[in-house]
Amino acid sequence: MLGVQIAHITKTYRDIQALHDVSLSIGEGELFGLIGPDGAGKTTLFRILTTLILPDGGSASVCGLDVVKDWKEIRKRVGYMPGRFSLYQYLSVEENLTFFATVFHTTVKENYDLIRDIYVQIETFKKRRAGKLSGGMKQKLALCCALIHRPDVLFLDEPTTGVDPVSRVEFWNILDRLKKQGITILVSTPYMDEASRCDRISLMRSGKCLSIDTPDNIRKSFKKPLLAVQADNMYTLLRDVRKWTGTYSCYAFGDSHHLTLKDDTSNTGMLKSYLEGKGYHKILIKAIEPSVEDCFMELGDNV
Amino acid sequence: MKTLRFLLEKEFKQIKRDRFLPKIIFIVPILQLLILPFAANFEMKNINLSIIDNDHSVYSQRLVNKILSSGYFKLTDVSSGYDESLTSIESNESDIIVEIPNGFEKELGREGKTELFIAANAINGTKGGLGSSYLGNIIQHFNNEMGYGHSWPGGITLRHLFNPHLNYKNYMVPGIMVFLLTLIGGFISALNIVSEKEKGTIEQINVSPLPKSLFLLSKLIPFWIIGFILLTIGATIAWLIYGLVPVGSFGTIYLFAAIYLIAFTGFGLAISSISSNQQQAMFTAFFFIIIFALMSGLFTPINSMPEWAQKITLFNPIRYFIEVMRMVYLKGSQLSDLKEYFFIVCLFALFFNVLAILGYRKNH
Repeated sequence: MLGVQIAHITKTYRDIQALHDVSLSIGEGELFGLIGPDGAGKTTLFRILTTLILPDGGSASVCGLDVVKDWKEIRKRVGYMPGRFSLYQYLSVEENLTFFATVFHTTVKENYDLIRDIYVQIETFKKRRAGKLSGGMKQKLALCCALIHRPDVLFLDEPTTGVDPVSRVEFWNILDRLKKQGITILVSTPYMDEASRCDRISLMRSGKCLSIDTPDNIRKSFKKPLLAVQADNMYTLLRDVRKWTGTYSCYAFGDSHHLTLKDDTSNTGMLKSYLEGKGYHKILIKAIEPSVEDCFMELGDNV
Repeated sequence: MKTLRFLLEKEFKQIKRDRFLPKIIFIVPILQLLILPFAANFEMKNINLSIIDNDHSVYSQRLVNKILSSGYFKLTDVSSGYDESLTSIESNESDIIVEIPNGFEKELGREGKTELFIAANAINGTKGGLGSSYLGNIIQHFNNEMGYGHSWPGGITLRHLFNPHLNYKNYMVPGIMVFLLTLIGGFISALNIVSEKEKGTIEQINVSPLPKSLFLLSKLIPFWIIGFILLTIGATIAWLIYGLVPVGSFGTIYLFAAIYLIAFTGFGLAISSISSNQQQAMFTAFFFIIIFALMSGLFTPINSMPEWAQKITLFNPIRYFIEVMRMVYLKGSQLSDLKEYFFIVCLFALFFNVLAILGYRKNH
């Protein structure tokens, strides 16, 4: 029962309930994703697990250590990368790394093999001040600093927010490699497309863990028929589709609207004639496979 | 120990590389020390004087010359009557009226005494008060010169102990040095820690096994060292510019400074524990330091404050260190003379640091 165990954790800030009876079990060496929008409670959960704040109720353990009782020991065993870049801006890349190595009573040399793959990408800038790095570079440096003491569990709070798409893919490749080294990784992200890179995910909303499973299973759990709808006036289309009798729910998704049907009795033809009757042109309707985001939206409806 | 060395190294690098902080820490205090003692001068020069000479005698002329040659007064007008003189006070042209009565010389020669009329504009109390006391002094001198000085037995002789020429700079400079240490210890240390909170770097430190005490120590020691450097610079400026060397020993000064800095870095720490951004820390520190400074006796003597205010100054750490600095600098007081002060400053150091530790405990 190592890894991270969370049982019925609650946390309230004044009148806002940030976490509502959250229970999770993350196995050793697992890459686990917390997927949810801003304000879902992801950061609060991280801060409890990294012993920065105390939960109001429930219990949690990291590496088999209690987050309240054994906080001192936990701090030696975990790496934490906060959502906001929080390294010393006035210190250079190299100095930051050495500094955090010293704080954790180790040296850069000792654990260099763990960070080598990442560090070589920023090594050319090792004399540059951390504050002057680009967004992606900052994240890589922060990850190096979080890894420098060879933690058993790594907590990454929205590591890819504000990072360009190429660097985001690179970052997830790095996480894959770290996972192979046996490090348990708990990562949060507001990007649904990143969910498929995790072993298991938990969809979070308003302080609750709504659904915990592998990304595939979560997608399969989406039972209703799903359609992508396009037409010439996308803005009024959303409103009109929602008014249609066969509609269960409809959300704007990039270049098309994703429409969940109530049941199999309503079909594409009926929708098409309904829309034509409303005066739409260039109507394009096709059945699609649900994505994690569709599942997330549907869960939102049920809350 | 190795960790602490690294932490300190990091602190100094950060302070050094900050675009703003080194300037604030070193240039501003030095400027203060160069400008303030000249500006905060209680000596009154250029008191505007209106003279009504009803006597027009040799004696009256002599008296007027003596008053004007003292350097404190500037003659604005010679009026023919009191009413005319009063208009010039009303229009704010003169501060003091001296009326020499008709028969001044005659009466002085015959009876050995006479009367002079002095009226001072009390709107600027300091100017009026100091002006009339300067006048009193000059007139007494005049009496002595003329041989009428013994009209009252003994007379008054005034000797200013420890600062014989009543040089206000000698009085101000040690006080301003204290003020500098206060700013460094109290202000900059508070801002420094809060900026780690603001930037989120304190989070990274908090999730590490680094003991909080070590982290706080790494914050205090740099300001302690900078405080000592500033004190040394201050003492050098006092010597070079103002020719001021302590009559007492530097050892006593540095010993007090060491404890005083611990007290004020504790103060800064306590403030940083309750503020979450630099603005809050700035205003909280500002609030206390302004009150401490105004009630410290640096600018206005504590003895001239109302009794309730005097009681409040008992809780003002700046007050004690300023008194100590003045005593060591001007009077040459030894540590054995200052035992009580030493005890009180230690008490403040303890108080502020306990407050800081409690503040940080509660936050966790």
